[in-house]
Amino acid sequence: MRGRRRGSRAWAWFWVALGALYFLLPLYGTLDFSLRLRRDVLSLDAYANVLGDEQFRNSFLYSTGLAVATILFSIVLLVPTAYWVHLRLPRWRPVLEFVTLLPFVVPPIVLVFGLIRLYSRPPFLLVTSPVLLVAAYVVLSFPYMYRAIDTGLRAMDVRSLTEAAQSLGARPPTILWRVILPNLRVSLISGAFLTFATVIGEFTMAALLNWPAFGPYLALIGGNRAYEPAALAILSFGLTWATLGLIGRIGRGAPGQTPPAGGH
Amino acid sequence: MKPLTNPQSAIRNPQSALAWLGLLPFALFAGAFLLGPAAIIVIGSFQDAAGGFTLANIGDLFQPRILDSYWLSVKVSAVTAVGGGLFGFLLAYAAVGGGLPRPVRTALLTFSGVASNFAGIPLAFAFIATLGRTGFVTALLTQVFGFHLYDTGFSLYTFWGLALTYLYFQFPLMVLIMTPALDGLKREWREAAENLGATSWHYWRYVALPILLPSLLGTMILLFGNAFGAYATAFALTGGTLNLVTIQIGAQIRGDVLHNPNLGYALAFGMVVIMALSIGGYTLLQRRSARWLQ
Repeated sequence: MRGRRRGSRAWAWFWVALGALYFLLPLYGTLDFSLRLRRDVLSLDAYANVLGDEQFRNSFLYSTGLAVATILFSIVLLVPTAYWVHLRLPRWRPVLEFVTLLPFVVPPIVLVFGLIRLYSRPPFLLVTSPVLLVAAYVVLSFPYMYRAIDTGLRAMDVRSLTEAAQSLGARPPTILWRVILPNLRVSLISGAFLTFATVIGEFTMAALLNWPAFGPYLALIGGNRAYEPAALAILSFGLTWATLGLIGRIGRGAPGQTPPAGGH
Repeated sequence: MKPLTNPQSAIRNPQSALAWLGLLPFALFAGAFLLGPAAIIVIGSFQDAAGGFTLANIGDLFQPRILDSYWLSVKVSAVTAVGGGLFGFLLAYAAVGGGLPRPVRTALLTFSGVASNFAGIPLAFAFIATLGRTGFVTALLTQVFGFHLYDTGFSLYTFWGLALTYLYFQFPLMVLIMTPALDGLKREWREAAENLGATSWHYWRYVALPILLPSLLGTMILLFGNAFGAYATAFALTGGTLNLVTIQIGAQIRGDVLHNPNLGYALAFGMVVIMALSIGGYTLLQRRSARWLQ
């Protein structure tokens, strides 16, 4: 018995070591590569080039704006909907679950194809406005945003809270804003960070709809430079890490269980 | 999914016949930006240039060039789903049942969370810097072992390079989904089996594996879909030289390379069908495994 346990522990270490190697080698390799812009000395020049690039700052800010707009819009759209379904239309819940899972079935490349086809001519000429990109990102955020809100609503007694607020004379907007929303804070923050992590580097839709976002900027640098892309990869990894770390800190839920649609 | 215990009990509202109106904003939005675009693709696949109904586009999907791209996408997705699935499962098993110190498990899960979200263009950059022609590992192998990786026929910009890159977000996802499933295996089941004289093999063959199998297969199917829909990583890595379905669709969007817009829709439609099968299979198997693993 003890022999078996010891043997299995050795195997466990073996697999974990192999996994760690797979995780860390590309990171270390990229870090090393990113420091070698100058011949024979390690330097942070690649980082300085990237951070000093005006296009970097502009595209990053642009994508941050897109992410914030996406997060706000998806909260405004999904919180009242999910609340309403919980309170009044519980039988519709499977339908909502199905629709919010659809972005996995319709991958971003296909979705953007349909959007371009649908909105590139009057009367619905929307491809000339970044609103279409934000709308597409809101769709991408459905699976984890809705899931996060739904889980949050299940964890509270929506009905009693609503009745209590109503008996004090609160109207629906007040109930949503002052009762439901504060109780959803943790779910919303983790959903928002996941959305941020996806939108900030999203390439497929931003590139095909032609907006100067961070994803297309990355692709541009990848085609023209040698060391800067490595620096950008390290910065992106740090950003992803920080974002997910914050989710882990704030919500003790399992943020990674829903794979984000379309990050790849 | 818990059934609601008191459906429409407390609040009786004279307007409850109009309750569905509350779904209108969501329905309109989803219709305009999700269902509508998807429907356009589906409808377009069954139309000819004049707008009449035809099955010709679906038939045209079976020309060698398009079949090749489906086959390549299926191959890379299957290889990374099975490879990443097995490796991820072993890692998750090592973390849950391997008697490792707690911090190792925490570190593994944290890394998996980050790595499964670290994809797209930065991931391609990282692998180019590591395994590209002048990458860190390539150079290291040459300097230390005198081994010239690119002389063996390997290249990061081919099938196996892409597969190796995809694995970086594939197996962490497996770890994330399988760890809770493995946690759900109850200690008593093993004890009961051992009391009945079962060896470790018996336990795995007749207890643990049958319980885990739906979850295991389901997650691998999810990984398949995860790789099948990937575009940015492949685009940044190979610049469109690998003939994947997503790359083809991207080229078609940029400028009708198939010289037939409706064939383009059919190409995308075929992809949606495969994705639907994969997500459907995952959901079904996940539901089955929920019977035992809470």
